[in-house]
Amino acid sequence: MTRALSIRGLRKTYANGLQAVKGIDLDVEAGDFFALLGPNGAGKSTTIGIISSLVNKSAGTVKVFDHDIDTDLTAAKSCIGLVPQEFNFNIFEPAVEIVVNQAGYYGIPRAEAFERAEKLLKELGLWEKRHTMARELSGGMKRRLMIARALVNNPRLLILDEPTAGVDIEIRRSMWDYLRRINAQGTTIILTTHYLEEAESLCRNIAIIDEGTIIENTNMKTLLNQLQTETFILDTQQAVPDSLNILDYPVRRLDANTLEVDITKDRSMNHLFEELSESGIEILSMRNKTNRLEQLFVKLTEANDA
Amino acid sequence: MNLQQQLIAYKTIVIREFLRFIRIWLQTVLPPVITTALYFIIFGNLIGSQIGDMHGFSYMNYITPGLIMMAIITNSYANVVSSFFGTKFHHNIEEMLISPLPNYIIILGFISGGLARGMIVGLAVSTTAMLFADIHLHSILITVSIAMMTSVLFALAGLLNGIYAKSFDDISIVPTFVLTPLTYLGGIFYSIDMLPEFWQNVSLINPILYMINAFRYGLLGVSDINLALSYAITLGFILGLYSFALYLLNKGHGIRS
Repeated sequence: MTRALSIRGLRKTYANGLQAVKGIDLDVEAGDFFALLGPNGAGKSTTIGIISSLVNKSAGTVKVFDHDIDTDLTAAKSCIGLVPQEFNFNIFEPAVEIVVNQAGYYGIPRAEAFERAEKLLKELGLWEKRHTMARELSGGMKRRLMIARALVNNPRLLILDEPTAGVDIEIRRSMWDYLRRINAQGTTIILTTHYLEEAESLCRNIAIIDEGTIIENTNMKTLLNQLQTETFILDTQQAVPDSLNILDYPVRRLDANTLEVDITKDRSMNHLFEELSESGIEILSMRNKTNRLEQLFVKLTEANDA
Repeated sequence: MNLQQQLIAYKTIVIREFLRFIRIWLQTVLPPVITTALYFIIFGNLIGSQIGDMHGFSYMNYITPGLIMMAIITNSYANVVSSFFGTKFHHNIEEMLISPLPNYIIILGFISGGLARGMIVGLAVSTTAMLFADIHLHSILITVSIAMMTSVLFALAGLLNGIYAKSFDDISIVPTFVLTPLTYLGGIFYSIDMLPEFWQNVSLINPILYMINAFRYGLLGVSDINLALSYAITLGFILGLYSFALYLLNKGHGIRS
């Protein structure tokens, strides 16, 4: 299978001596929806900066669809679309000009650039705002504008560095749907985010980077299977007595109508429901206490710190 | 990128740069016109009438080429330094850096923006000058060519300033402490023949002197400096500054971590 991205022995030491990336190897298959996660300062943005040639690497090789950025940079760049973490467009330019100009930098004729910009701005719900100066757009609109700009050259590899930061839930979910759609159409996507629910919901494969090294690189399902215990919150119809004792289940009473229970992955929950039912307690709803990926993420990064 | 794609990319930068300064013409085009008009009124009309002729021309006519050139120089420089540093400061230079755009196209695009502003301001100031001075064009070819070359040269200088600048202070230091003194001492208001021999020789190391005199020759047909030498020096600076700017961008100086 073609690799959208292949990184070997990548290192970056900044002029102040900071080693941001300490020799990482990473492969992303074409067509993948890949999560690159890590705490703040882990080296994610530096890695993305190197891939997109905004940061000079200290050592290692990077290939984008087999184009080495050292020897075939122009071809590598042509494959990439980047949505950076910070807003980096000219805030004094209208939205449509930002997208059209970006197309121009890729050598796309102006008439065609306008057609592409129209299509993308319509898809992302920005067409009505096309003549609005970028500085007057809302935070969510600015994020979507950066996605439109990144897609105007029809990139085979789209890199999104925290694309939904500060965006409300409704817009975030519409952005997820849009990203799923373009991924289904063949665009490889690399996503970094601090919303782990986002990564779990969207991505098939994942790498976790911490202190400049990759500490986990696997598919999402395998990673989530590593979770031995999940904690659930149960909302009950009836008030739960203080002295409730459910055999074999570590159940904690949070308040009169809320229970918290730890379930190991080898156990069924049927028995728990039966026991609660026998005690005259009906369950109204149930949810995970924390996102599963979040639990693993914290565990892995804490282990790396130790 | 093939040549046609590079041309599209170049045109994109030029259009962007042109729109940038035209949108704010009240800040970019109008002020030099007003400033130059004041120079004409104060130095040309009020004080100049007391000075008498210089090289056979009224003082007003004599300083006209220098004032036009000063507007071209400062505006070509200011356009590129502020635009390039602004794109760096707001990180929107990354739009160009992630694209397959060759660095020489980035340079040519910004320089063309500076040239456009320099020429538009130069034209506006020249039109204003006609209200005060009686100018008969001696050679349109020399006038236009040296004006354009000077504009390109100072646009390149502005670009270099923008590449090195790390703060807004850095983009005002050079114009204030280097460019303005060199321009004023470049023979706008006087002929170097009026200076003692020592200061005449000192003036000869000021490159702006050569450009102002070549431009003055184009307009009036008189110059303190040999015309061929003026062209050679201007061209030499253009090639040197262009090569240096290209070297810095290829190295990623000031634009890549």
